[in-house]
Amino acid sequence: MAVSSGTAKVTLPADDQILITREFDAPKHLVYKAFTTPELVRRWWHANRGEMTVAEIDLRVGGKWRYVMVAEGDFEVGFHGEYREIVSNERIVSTEVYEGMPDAEAVNTMTLTEADGRTTLEILVQHASKEHRDAHIESGMEAGMQDAMDLLEEVAASLSS
Amino acid sequence: MARAATTADAFNAVAEPRRRQILDVLAGGERPVNDVVRELGLAQPQVSKHLRVLREVGAVDVREEGRQRLYRLNGHALKPIHDWVKAYERLWAERFDELDDVLKDLKQKEDDDGSE
Repeated sequence: MAVSSGTAKVTLPADDQILITREFDAPKHLVYKAFTTPELVRRWWHANRGEMTVAEIDLRVGGKWRYVMVAEGDFEVGFHGEYREIVSNERIVSTEVYEGMPDAEAVNTMTLTEADGRTTLEILVQHASKEHRDAHIESGMEAGMQDAMDLLEEVAASLSS
Repeated sequence: MARAATTADAFNAVAEPRRRQILDVLAGGERPVNDVVRELGLAQPQVSKHLRVLREVGAVDVREEGRQRLYRLNGHALKPIHDWVKAYERLWAERFDELDDVLKDLKQKEDDDGSE
């Protein structure tokens, strides 16, 4: 296997935020393309957890997006939102609603920075409140429970030392 | 609901950057408060305030030894948030691994187009 560009880094910079960071071995216009082209999104967004049945992207300010994945066991998860700001190859600000919790709308800011042909991606998830951020985390904890099973021992080991 | 409340409190406690720094310092083992003050470069009252919040959610434990108060990490209280961050990180890591493949194809295609 080739050397990985590095795993995703997740931090909680403030009470109502989640920040995801990753570096890619590609120029930013290609990362942008992979994030904004439905047939490309379909190839990676599923994270091997199911099949993406919907990937709609109307890339203009005020345009809508919607992703739906059918996870194993026929569990359907849908997300949608609206584009608020688009700077081609640089930055996209969009809203995001998890359809299982329609009241908790987040605002996602995706930023791409290129240096020496490599691109740093940042996705800042800004929730309306700490309660919504925590609800996101709580729901993720439940939905991700099975996935997380094989991680538990490792986590427990790292915390008990 | 008791579990949810505890979890939310732990999230709150560790979301604050200074408190996360304190947890990082204590991750190395039990430390007297003065050590924490020195490592963070903050005034003692501020550090004490953060330590109190961390104690309230059970993220750190304290014990007296002579005239010193020794603080240590209580991993159990942080486990819910740690689990979630790890699971969420893994979700995105797997997405990005797939994305790496997509990007490789796009680069290849660009090179091929460029050489024509």
